[in-house]
Amino acid sequence: MKRFVYVNDDDSSHELYCDNRISNRKYTLLNFLPKNLWEQFSRFMNQYFLLIACLQLWPLITPVNPASTWGPLIFIFAVSATKEAWDDYNRYLSDKKANEKQVWVVRQGSKKLIQAQEIHVGNLVWLRENDEVPCDLVLLGTSEPQGVCYVETAALDGETDLKTRNIPPACMGIDSELLHKIKARYGYRGVMECPLPDKDIRRFDANVRLFPPFLDNDVCPLSIKNTILQSCYLRNTEWACGVAVYTGNETKMGMSRGVAEPKLTAVDAMIDKLTGAIFIFQIVVVIVLGIAGNIWKDTEARKHWYVLYPEEGPWYELLIIPLRFELLCSIMIPISIKVSLDLVKSLYAKFIDWDKQMIDVETGTSANATNTAISEDLGQVEYILTDKTGTLTENKMIFKRCCIAGTFFGNENGDAVKDVELLNAINTGSADAIRFVTVMAICNTVVPIKRNYYSASGTVLYKAQSQDEEALVRAAASLHMVFVNKNSNILEINFNGSLKQYEVLEYLEFTSDRKRMSVVVRDCDKGNIMLLSKGADETILPCASAGHQTKTFSDAVDQYAQMGLRTLCLGWREVNEAEYQDWSFMFKEANSTLVDREWRVAEVCQRLEHDLDILGVAAIEDRLQDGVPETIETLRKAGINFWMLTGDKQNTAIQIALSCNFVSPEPKGQLLLVNGKTEDEVCRNLERVLLTMRITKAEPKDVAFVIDGWALEIALKHYRKAFTELAILSRTAICCRVTPSQKAQLVELLKSCDYRTLAIGDGGNDVRMIQQADIGVGISGREGLQAARAADYSIGKFKFLKRLILVHGRYSYNRTAFLSQYSFYKSLLICFIQIFFSFVSGVSGTSLFNSVSLMAYNVFYTSVPVLVSVVDKDLSEKTVMQHPQILYYCQAGRLLNPTTFAGWFGRALFHAIVVFAITIHSYAFEKSGLEEVSMVALSGCVWLQAFVVTLETNSFTILQHVAIWGNLVVFYIINWIVSAVPQSGMYTIMHRLCRQPAYWNTMFLIVAAGMGPVLALKYFRYTYKSSKINILQQAERVGGPILSLGNIEPQPRSLLDSDLAPLSISHAKNARNSVFEPLLSDSPNALRRSFGPDFFHSHSPYSRNKDM
Amino acid sequence: MNSNPATPMNAHAPSSSSGGAGSPDSSAARRNSKRPKYSRFTQQELPACKPILTPKWVISAFMLVTIVFIPIGLASLFASRDVVEIIDRYDNACAPPGSSKSQKIEFIQSNQNKTCVRTLTVTKRMKQPIYVYYQLDNFYQNHRRYVKSRSDQQLRNRGDENDTSTCKPEHNANGMPIVPCGLVAWSLFNDTYAFSSSNNPQLNVNKRHISWKSDREDKFGSDVFPKNFQNGNIIGGARLNESIPLSEQEDLIVWMRTAALPTFRKLYGKIEVDLQAGETINVVVQNNYNTYSFSGKKKLVLSTTSWLGGKNNFIGIAYLAVGGLCFLLATVFTIIYLFKPRHLGDPTYLSWNRNPGGH
Repeated sequence: MKRFVYVNDDDSSHELYCDNRISNRKYTLLNFLPKNLWEQFSRFMNQYFLLIACLQLWPLITPVNPASTWGPLIFIFAVSATKEAWDDYNRYLSDKKANEKQVWVVRQGSKKLIQAQEIHVGNLVWLRENDEVPCDLVLLGTSEPQGVCYVETAALDGETDLKTRNIPPACMGIDSELLHKIKARYGYRGVMECPLPDKDIRRFDANVRLFPPFLDNDVCPLSIKNTILQSCYLRNTEWACGVAVYTGNETKMGMSRGVAEPKLTAVDAMIDKLTGAIFIFQIVVVIVLGIAGNIWKDTEARKHWYVLYPEEGPWYELLIIPLRFELLCSIMIPISIKVSLDLVKSLYAKFIDWDKQMIDVETGTSANATNTAISEDLGQVEYILTDKTGTLTENKMIFKRCCIAGTFFGNENGDAVKDVELLNAINTGSADAIRFVTVMAICNTVVPIKRNYYSASGTVLYKAQSQDEEALVRAAASLHMVFVNKNSNILEINFNGSLKQYEVLEYLEFTSDRKRMSVVVRDCDKGNIMLLSKGADETILPCASAGHQTKTFSDAVDQYAQMGLRTLCLGWREVNEAEYQDWSFMFKEANSTLVDREWRVAEVCQRLEHDLDILGVAAIEDRLQDGVPETIETLRKAGINFWMLTGDKQNTAIQIALSCNFVSPEPKGQLLLVNGKTEDEVCRNLERVLLTMRITKAEPKDVAFVIDGWALEIALKHYRKAFTELAILSRTAICCRVTPSQKAQLVELLKSCDYRTLAIGDGGNDVRMIQQADIGVGISGREGLQAARAADYSIGKFKFLKRLILVHGRYSYNRTAFLSQYSFYKSLLICFIQIFFSFVSGVSGTSLFNSVSLMAYNVFYTSVPVLVSVVDKDLSEKTVMQHPQILYYCQAGRLLNPTTFAGWFGRALFHAIVVFAITIHSYAFEKSGLEEVSMVALSGCVWLQAFVVTLETNSFTILQHVAIWGNLVVFYIINWIVSAVPQSGMYTIMHRLCRQPAYWNTMFLIVAAGMGPVLALKYFRYTYKSSKINILQQAERVGGPILSLGNIEPQPRSLLDSDLAPLSISHAKNARNSVFEPLLSDSPNALRRSFGPDFFHSHSPYSRNKDM
Repeated sequence: MNSNPATPMNAHAPSSSSGGAGSPDSSAARRNSKRPKYSRFTQQELPACKPILTPKWVISAFMLVTIVFIPIGLASLFASRDVVEIIDRYDNACAPPGSSKSQKIEFIQSNQNKTCVRTLTVTKRMKQPIYVYYQLDNFYQNHRRYVKSRSDQQLRNRGDENDTSTCKPEHNANGMPIVPCGLVAWSLFNDTYAFSSSNNPQLNVNKRHISWKSDREDKFGSDVFPKNFQNGNIIGGARLNESIPLSEQEDLIVWMRTAALPTFRKLYGKIEVDLQAGETINVVVQNNYNTYSFSGKKKLVLSTTSWLGGKNNFIGIAYLAVGGLCFLLATVFTIIYLFKPRHLGDPTYLSWNRNPGGH
């Protein structure tokens, strides 16, 4: 299927294609309520609360006023619906703004200003400099004589550099006046054959054909190079005009919009599971009490004449008491937990956004939490999968060394540009050296930009898509081969003051499959045609002419790779005119195919790229980012396993890994290689590595495996089980030459083993892995913002990961663990009291507490104090950084699991007994009025929870004091006010109680009896069975000497300090003073295995319960 | 827009990179508008007090509780001991002697004379005011069916007398709304007591102001009169004088303050003279109220009061128990602390600081 677009003829397209109205809206005015409600009710918790609220409408069974449940429920629903509505309204506004933007479009032969939404397929759209492109256009004309224009595609792919776009050759030279006339009516016609809309922003395989009276009537191929896509900006070009080919939601941008799946954190999964357990407990309680209630009713209640039970009840009589208890116990699952968690989670995210210490001082970018819901997961990360280039390294490419025709340059001073010998070689006119530098200067797609204020200083600004190319062109410029200007197809090179011109005949573009690029140029002075190529060694060296000795070059490549440098091989050859003409024809043909164009072009390119004269090897340094080794070391101490996934060569990858503490050098570490091209080889290797792994598991040795993309492909396909075992066994892995989809596959593999994964990367090739991982972190780096946009968190530098995980992740986890369990504790506490009360009220389902108290208890009295736990810190940031091992508690889920939950459950039970027993005994006989007893019990709960929060708080800031004690005061104020309302059931109750010494006696008694044992137990465990956290807390606060071990000393970051040495892991510079850290004896893995069937029959604290 | 494609090669100057995260000075200079305003809250750096559970602190806390609780406990016990209480269970004694449960029920439901005389002896001097309570055991005023069966609206406002929907099953009789409606009012306690003592033949029991002032004034209307009360098929408890407004029916008001527990006392009246030790009191009980069918006990209670209220040893004992427990804990912790001292925050306890083979 194709679509045919008639240039400047929109009559027929009206029915066929949509107009340019953009709609990102999820809802419309009409479907908002049903759709939103439906979405909200697809969650189990909400269904439960709705059921409870509906049951409460039946007055016969409701213990309290239905408003006490409906109120909060409607509030919660209203809050999330309002949030959705607000987001949607903003989307609507931005759509509207985009839709109503004024654009110049040709109508009836003249330019008219119309709204962007009225553009139809086939319209001619005119853009001026800095205009946003309203829809996908095929360029027809620009202000530049050579038919190029520059666009910024940041909104589309996040890349901030300018990209060149050309008008199709067939349209070259069409007068701008003539453009208006392209329409059947005027005799000028043009038709485009385009594929159906898709979301691939790198492909556009179409054709255009102009009909007479245009001169060039051939079918002309169109590629993405001839388009300007929606949401890009026109830059550095006075005007451009193009034909709309895709409009509205059918543009490349519109098609690639998608809604990301919401991520669920391990903590959320655990909370869901605990909620499920509580739900089951609740059902059991309800059934037991329901049966007991019915029995009591049948045996006892009929004797109590004043209850006046009818002899014959309705058919549903048996259900009434169980349903009453269901409602009474419904508060076991706190309705407030959702709101509280959402609130604190968004605050965690804000803390990340606000963090001054995570601002990259160089670029001024601060950290940003796009996903506000998964901060706890940061504290539970077990695997970090990291990209290399731009993530560990700076992605600031600098040409450092080269090897030209067997001579090494730059080895002495580490900078070839300053190497006197190289400068001499160029100045004396050494042919190889000059060719080498020429290839550096012109074999690229760099655009030099000469601006007045730049030319004043004599430098030229380069706009490059690839950092490598830019580095080469810059280096060439410092070697007196300055690429000055690009004028249409003519490149101007200023070599030692003399201007040389080359005409570019063809670009053989770089693709990740070809791993090389070439240009065909004609020397304008001599007239000969040359093919200049550059690319990875394994794709260039095989193309060397027969008999050409490539050994020196591959040695050089190896040598450079060991230093962690990126290498590019440069080659050239002369092409005779006839060969070029033949090839050019094929190339053109390949370029105009609609099917498999990429593959065919590659094939045709290969026909030209052979018999190359290898000129030499250029080595480009990509420096390690600041603080990378320290960060990795700290995080590894924290028990996080690192995997490096890179597209780079194995040697480069290993060297970078060594220099950034990724793997340890020989005596301590061991690298196991898994490679091979065939299944058998891979299988053998895998077996061998696994065997070594199993043996060395007991030894304190850092074992890492290295696998390349090819072997990985085979391993994942055929030996998934073995590879999975390997993945679990090894703490470190280096995967080189992997594709973006393999990165995502590896993430998927680790996730399937129930590990929490964090993927960090900076480029478009990391996006899939970032989206796949539990947590995606993007580095807003030089490769653009693509990764940062897809990620859950974006940071400026790799080193901030340490703080993100150890500080923000850990605190978030700790805080949520406390908050969620506490929410259950307080709900259980009040619920147990209700249950106990039912034993003294004839198991009839009477509620001890009135509606106002119950609602306020959940919404105010117990929610406010605990919310300030968002600023609680168990350990200072400094201590955590010094003892990153402490993260283990979060990773293993030590603070929120069925066992800790059982502790809170027990505490709730104990406190309920204390409150209930003391209340009914001290308020017995003449004082046993229902309202008074209820208020005494409620006060007891509120007092106890204030002290529980106090006991569980680690650091008291002013906020804690205000929230905890202020809340108590507010409790009395609220009740005092309610007690002044004659209509309320508790009229004057609080006033009376506060005047009674017995009331205060009771409160003190409840607090002392409730908190004494808890405090004693906590103290005992704190002192004699202290956890690591306790020890560090004590160490920190007693002020004793905190033994900080393995002080991380900054390590020379630049690789150039080291000498060239043969590949050996026992590299001298890596023999650092780091002390060996044994794995924690009780490492997360060990725990996982030993967990067994436990309290709630879960096999591991991580196994997610999908149906909760 | 970042139109500058690349910083020069040597832009990686130490000043920009090594400044790093920790130096606010260098970052402050380059701070741009995107950065949030610094505040201690946003940086989570609010000044905080971080107490830890040191032995000293915990032991002294327990000691403090001991020191505070034991005196309070003793004071409460003394207060409770000073209260003089006379309890007389009369439900069985006032039924025909030796009768079975069904006979008792039959007796209480019959129209025969249920007068019964009880003699109480004052063991200790009782200072006025002496509160006279009736105590019911095993009576579930807190039963859900019962406790909900009332209409506060109707009790308060004359106009709302038809507002009886919550009063089922005692909402109306003979097609007319009952005032006061509901099971609570319907089952109003109807035993009466007449007191005389050896010293004072006409021992007056003051029944005024036995209910809460707030109830009389705001909960029970002074213009609401009983109507159609106890006119149904089954007679529950007491009848009400239809010419007295509800706000003056103090027995009803007291009764309608439902009790939270199945054992409760309700104020019957106050004796406003002192009773001397050894004095005997004769009580003429009109034993009307049926507790026999559910084996409930009826007791007459005469009690003085203290600053803590009536006689209740629980608080005193509980205070002593908690105080004692705290003392025990403090002692135990002190002993452990003395004999097995443990250095707080010793980093050698960190497992990762131990030898690899040490665990």
